[in-house]
Amino acid sequence: MEIQKTALYNYHKNLGAKFVPFAGYEMPIQYKDGIVKEHISTRTHAGFFDVSHMGQFFLEGDETLIESLEKIIPADLKNLKINHSKYSFLLNGEGGIIDDLIITRTEKGFCIILNAACKENDIKQISQFLTKDHKHLLNNDLSLIALQGPKSVEILDKLIPGVANLKFMTGNNFDYDGEKLYVTRSGYTGEDGFEISISNKKVEKLIDYLISNEVKPIGLGARDTLRLEAGLCLYGHDLNEKINPIEANLKWAIAKKRKEVGGFNGWEKIKVLLIKGSEKIRVGIKPDGKVIARENTKIFSSDNNEIGLVTSGTFGPSVNAPVAMGYVKSEFSEIGTSIQLEVRGKKYGGKISELPFYKKSYVK
Amino acid sequence: MSEKKFSKKHEWVSLEGELATVGITKHATEMLGDIVFVEVPEAGKAVEKEGQAAVVESTKAASDVYSPLSGEITEGNKAIADDPGSVNTDPEGASWFFKLKIKDKGEFDSLMSKDEYDKFCKENPN
Repeated sequence: MEIQKTALYNYHKNLGAKFVPFAGYEMPIQYKDGIVKEHISTRTHAGFFDVSHMGQFFLEGDETLIESLEKIIPADLKNLKINHSKYSFLLNGEGGIIDDLIITRTEKGFCIILNAACKENDIKQISQFLTKDHKHLLNNDLSLIALQGPKSVEILDKLIPGVANLKFMTGNNFDYDGEKLYVTRSGYTGEDGFEISISNKKVEKLIDYLISNEVKPIGLGARDTLRLEAGLCLYGHDLNEKINPIEANLKWAIAKKRKEVGGFNGWEKIKVLLIKGSEKIRVGIKPDGKVIARENTKIFSSDNNEIGLVTSGTFGPSVNAPVAMGYVKSEFSEIGTSIQLEVRGKKYGGKISELPFYKKSYVK
Repeated sequence: MSEKKFSKKHEWVSLEGELATVGITKHATEMLGDIVFVEVPEAGKAVEKEGQAAVVESTKAASDVYSPLSGEITEGNKAIADDPGSVNTDPEGASWFFKLKIKDKGEFDSLMSKDEYDKFCKENPN
């Protein structure tokens, strides 16, 4: 398949982006400032991220649509209010995570934001549960822009009055330049911010405005350091089809009612794990020194038994130290447990750490 | 007077008598991006020409630093291990990686001059 480009590709190029192929798209990994500066400017001012490669999947239908979706998504969609969003996942029959997602209730149904690399398969998986009365559309005419950082609200509310009233994980329709656009207060950085769904035709104008307010463009590199400091999972690394939500330490994302009643893919397995606990579990990891424990670093107990594997690891610019996430045998998952990390054949000390590494400032 | 030469692996070497000082070039730091971790060799370690001698990691990835010359390490620069970011600011000055006592001056002579290295970088942009 030919590599795809987002509507902002040339815009990024003019901003000095360095591109990498990512999930079938040519995406900016960083701009002129580099990853650390981009990271810091998001935390101290605001940054924008072109995340138009992600799938914006719209579903319409009657009450039976909810029943269909609840078979593969363990959120309480029946009680999800219009314009409210939930973090959830698509589950396979074994309870493994097919993708993680944000689902928002709309006037006519739902909008689901899907990972770029997974979106085609996700739609196939979801479609198995749909009937001919349910309409669905992966809308490629829309861009998706994340605006993240403490100044986001002030800057965006000047352009689109009313967004300041949104609470975290809610959204609404707003008028902008003669068009309707949909804004949610959400993100993937641990900062306050918004995700703006806007037509490909208008997106450059929006970015012009953001740049005139000193909002920096942020590439995938800083997106990764920001989300890791915030303790958020990256699909394909920290999550995959062989990992279930209990192992992923995401049981909070399964709705309380759904935990009791079930009725979704993988429930038989998850029901047992909810009582017994899983053999391995996702944890935060802080190396003691400066060494970076990257993905696939082996984790050992203090008495040299192999107990797990790092799934994401980098240097956290705001923590000013290396940070990592990984899976360890559950008996080693207590915060503060001493571990060893094997980097380039040598073992370095580290500790199981609380997540997130960086405290969030969401508006609730 | 010291003489400075460059390797295809983007190290620089400055030679004074038998003592060589090695670091990574400005061009290398620009390709790596923000440097966040450095590991330098201990004194006494024997290194081979083009053998792995140190490690440098940016926010993006880990890379090996090779010794452009054979010899014995006399000192690793602890200051850059404590402050890896300094390699971005002064890669060809205070932020050298290690010093070594060289075995064979011929190895040094075969490295590139400044002009040759600049040309090499232009022809091999990545």
